[in-house]
Amino acid sequence: MKVRVHVSLKNGVLDPQGRAIHHALEGLGFSGVNDVRAGRLIELDVDDGVTDEALDEMCRKLLANMVIENYRIEKVAA
Amino acid sequence: MAFRSAVITFPGSNCDRDMAVALEQVSGTPAIRVWHGDADLPDGLDFIALPGGFSYGDYLRSGAMAARSPIMQAVIEAAGRGVPVLGVCNGFQVLTEAGLLPGALMRNASQNFVCRTVPLKVENNRSLFTSGYKAGQTVHIPVAHHDGNYFADEATLDRLEGEGRVAFRYAEPVNGSVRDIAGVLNEAGNVLGMMPHPERAIEPAHGGSDGRALFESALKGLVEA
Repeated sequence: MKVRVHVSLKNGVLDPQGRAIHHALEGLGFSGVNDVRAGRLIELDVDDGVTDEALDEMCRKLLANMVIENYRIEKVAA
Repeated sequence: MAFRSAVITFPGSNCDRDMAVALEQVSGTPAIRVWHGDADLPDGLDFIALPGGFSYGDYLRSGAMAARSPIMQAVIEAAGRGVPVLGVCNGFQVLTEAGLLPGALMRNASQNFVCRTVPLKVENNRSLFTSGYKAGQTVHIPVAHHDGNYFADEATLDRLEGEGRVAFRYAEPVNGSVRDIAGVLNEAGNVLGMMPHPERAIEPAHGGSDGRALFESALKGLVEA
């Protein structure tokens, strides 16, 4: 089973990298971009028997830092 | 009584030798060097230091991988027993990732690596690590980091301030840290994490020796204990 874990910064947490990307986009002449938030995509290939609880625990224990980040688990059809 | 200290080396640590030299210079006893893959710490430690560097190449998040390495379970247990633990720079990142200290260290607000000597205000001089300073004293200690932007939610920050757990504050803008926080203590006061490098300010040849009192404080605390 393929699993995508989307890790993003929580609302209210400043994102210096997103801001730098935003500035770079403006520098390239793209207008109308209101905000940029940068995150991380982690792709896992796991056995079908791996439970949702185990995936949640992987995210909370390692893949995301719950102080500053949220995560979303997406199961991808093989 | 010999001061029994340990310096943990992770793959990618690069300030471990500086830390060991500082501990030996101040205490007169060589620090024990411990590898991250070891499951156990030496017995009877008086002090554990997590050094600066780029453990595991900062993969995933700074300090994230090191915080889950075998030796950290032993460090967490030792901290729970009251053994003093100092994390500097990457060591601070490891302590937050391991849950020994609240908050997180994010990319500097400027996006730039910052490497210079900065003024720090000693906010709490009643801790094990800071008793050798005067409250409100300004000290000058080098920083060298890319991810030193301290963040915690407002409720956590208010609690840290209320409990006197902000040990050091930047006296000028450095990295965007909330409330200019440079170093924080755990609830019991035996774990300190800080981005500035006291081990790089031990003798006049370093350009300053303001970091020395931190190690002297810990040593004095041990003798008096």
